[in-house]
Amino acid sequence: MTPRIALALIAALASPLSAQIARKGSITAADPWSRATSPRANIGAGYVTVRNTSTQPDQLVSATSPRAAKVEIHTMSLDDSIMRMRPLPNGLEIPAGGEASLAPGGNHIMLIGLKSPLKAGERIPATLRFARAGDVRIAFKVVGAGSTVAGVRQGGRQ
Amino acid sequence: MMSVSNARTQPRGVAIRALLASGLAVGIAGCSASPDTNNRTSAAEHAGPGGGFKLVDTKGQTVTDQTLKGKPYAIFFGFTRCPDVCPTTMARMALLHKKLGTQAGKMNVVFVSVDPEHDKREDIASFLSMFDAPVIGLTGDPAELKRMEKSFKIYVERVPLPNGDYTIDHTARILLFDRDGQFADTMDAKEPEDQAVRRLSRLINA
Ligand SMILES: [Cu+2]
Repeated sequence: MTPRIALALIAALASPLSAQIARKGSITAADPWSRATSPRANIGAGYVTVRNTSTQPDQLVSATSPRAAKVEIHTMSLDDSIMRMRPLPNGLEIPAGGEASLAPGGNHIMLIGLKSPLKAGERIPATLRFARAGDVRIAFKVVGAGSTVAGVRQGGRQ
Repeated sequence: MMSVSNARTQPRGVAIRALLASGLAVGIAGCSASPDTNNRTSAAEHAGPGGGFKLVDTKGQTVTDQTLKGKPYAIFFGFTRCPDVCPTTMARMALLHKKLGTQAGKMNVVFVSVDPEHDKREDIASFLSMFDAPVIGLTGDPAELKRMEKSFKIYVERVPLPNGDYTIDHTARILLFDRDGQFADTMDAKEPEDQAVRRLSRLINA
């Protein structure tokens, strides 16, 4: 393998998700992504990793997106193989000097009342509102619905 | 008989969950439970999940437990508006199915909607169209679905949300049945892929 091909491969593997980081004050929101939804679906979930470099905790209190009638912050638990999803009415704390991961199987951003289905390859704009840091603008990168979580971590599959 | 009247006043979900838990405990420990008047289990509870059912697929064709006989199958209960566990599980099933290669056609993958209130045949077809595997999508009469959930030991509870909508708490485990329709095993998402494929392959070649 020539070095050039090796570099291209590394770039291809590392690309889509690691590229996106939004920053505001002490808050960074990294790798926002979402799964494509079926043609008849009107809800979708968004995932993102939020870090807080401040010595004070912050709170993700709400979110909005022009693509959805309503956006909520949800949590999901899997207890004895029973899946339960609930809204977090007070949002999600981002600990001081720590991070909160919104990821499959746990907390997520819920896009409710989608104006149109989410298609692989799209970027869905959204604004995350933090109690201290204020608004952070992100865009969920939509990957194929058939992407496994492991596949998404490796860069997603269209 | 205090315990009986208490059990009757329990919310339905708790009772189903208790049934599920006892069914699984029996599955693991066998029928070794000592006779206990407060905890007498019927023959039905001793049996593994499964049983007869009569539903329709996304084309409106009737599908019963008899229709599925002849091939082992993996079955998952979910709903099309489930944003996370259901697509993740179906994506995984599609991947495992693909990894079976030439053996893939020797088993069926079945999705049963636990949301008859929302999921019409078209919704299920649309949901399943996102996954790269042939999946039999089933729905049916709500009472028949309830009966099947109970005999397959699947916990399902409709939970109203503050925004006026609802979500459905449900068992997110894949159940495996052999070619005779007998319960064989369960699968969860944490099992390594290769191991899961080997298990499916064993089921096909059993
Ligand atoms: Cu949600």
